[in-house]
Amino acid sequence: MATGTEPHLNSGGVRSPARAAIAAPHLRTDRWWLAPAATAAGLFAFVVYSTWRAFANADYYAAPYVSPFYSPCLARNCREMAGGPNADLFGGWWGISPAIIILIFPLGFRLTCYYYRKAYYRGFWASPPACAVAEPHKKYTGETRFPLILQNVHRYFFYAALLVAGTLTYDTVLTFRDSQHRWGHMGLGTLVFLLNIVLIWAYTLSCHSCRHIVGGKLKHFSQHPVRYRAWQFVGRLNARHMLLAWASLVSVALADFYVYLVASGVFDDPRFF
Amino acid sequence: MSSSYEARFKVWRGDIQGGDLEDFTVEVNDGEVVLDIVHRLQATQAPDLAVRWNCKAGKCGSCSAEINGRPRLMCMTRMSVFTREETITVTPLRTFPVIRDLVTDVGFNYQKAREVPAFVPPEGVGPGEYRMFQEDVDRSQEFRKCIECFLCQDTCHVVRDHEENKQAFAGPRFLMRVAELDMHPLDAAAESGLDRKATAQDEHGLGYCNITKCCTEVCPEHIKITDNALIPLKERAVDRKYDPLVWLGSKIGRRSK
Repeated sequence: MATGTEPHLNSGGVRSPARAAIAAPHLRTDRWWLAPAATAAGLFAFVVYSTWRAFANADYYAAPYVSPFYSPCLARNCREMAGGPNADLFGGWWGISPAIIILIFPLGFRLTCYYYRKAYYRGFWASPPACAVAEPHKKYTGETRFPLILQNVHRYFFYAALLVAGTLTYDTVLTFRDSQHRWGHMGLGTLVFLLNIVLIWAYTLSCHSCRHIVGGKLKHFSQHPVRYRAWQFVGRLNARHMLLAWASLVSVALADFYVYLVASGVFDDPRFF
Repeated sequence: MSSSYEARFKVWRGDIQGGDLEDFTVEVNDGEVVLDIVHRLQATQAPDLAVRWNCKAGKCGSCSAEINGRPRLMCMTRMSVFTREETITVTPLRTFPVIRDLVTDVGFNYQKAREVPAFVPPEGVGPGEYRMFQEDVDRSQEFRKCIECFLCQDTCHVVRDHEENKQAFAGPRFLMRVAELDMHPLDAAAESGLDRKATAQDEHGLGYCNITKCCTEVCPEHIKITDNALIPLKERAVDRKYDPLVWLGSKIGRRSK
């Protein structure tokens, strides 16, 4: 280039010497801060709530409802849930709340999710806080090195999330019993669980890794018509991935809170039949 | 309400040596876009104001600038989206070196374009003999809508906020080009020994992208750059570099045709 505008190797960002001399880090006049602030507040609220419930180790079962935070329950210190998702894989040595064992998987799935990455990179790490708003960091290496290079394991958390969603589907089927475990009944909690499981599956299947696995990795869709249709279906869900991420986050907390209210005696589950 | 009014503008004037925002009051008429106003400034108040433009139809990608701090095409930004009381700020793209006023040196992008290996023709198929199914080429065609306005490159914080990353990072536009070629049904790069999935990460800096979607937000062609190009490319790179199951599958002959 003969313009004298060759890149300078410094980290001045928008204030680099060759760029237009503008002191302000950004010139946006809209409420650009609202979206990251709301995102951070929403995620923080969920983290506080789920931490409390995960470590509480109480009020997570009120027949026929099992809190999604405690399912499947994989230690011996789990409450006995008639026909429920008990599986004593960890034995008696596990002393703290059994929710911790299983929550690692949905937590990992959401932490490495492509939508949530955007949400917390913007909301908590300000990298960037909003488009064309300068970030405060002096260096940036993105997801090229440890620990963020671990985001590449997302597809393995997706496989685990499928198993968790399968278990929660089983739990939802169990809600068609009454408190004496007789089948053919339904209460308000059944509707809460049904809503939750639909949103959990929709969010799980709308995952970008799922989209890649079912067909996105192919070069010739014409040779794989079934996978092409599956890819199109997942693609339609994927376009709403952010919406489904939030809706399923709220619904899983709501389902847990419903169980908490019933199990702690604050509220009686209205029975339809 | 009158169809004509006086608007307040702040336009950055200067060059690589320095510059500042300059105030203007200028007439605006119904149906006009920001580029019309910049042209009126040239005609009436600032005849030496430098601005790059061409088609005035959102198809040439020349008139990229930042309007009220947001990367946009001046010819596609209607004045009616602003209130009459608002002061409208127009600056050059803040990721690239400025040449003069609203004109920047976007040579970085042409450098990065050259670094992406071209389409590799399939062996034994001559020009005019290419045959493809529409569903196989749909994905690549979405990316061909790109008008090279470089707004995505401008807004990407990887290079906007970190000049030092310009060497290692190709930017969303050219990672999308890699994705376009890797998804192309007739591209024979793999057969010729070029693994676009691996080079996307190793040579074009795909790992720097933290998928915050600003490139998608600013694209005037509404290309889903992040969801349809960058994330699928990241997943393809994972296939090559971080997924032992896919690696094992490729070794026993189950390839993604």
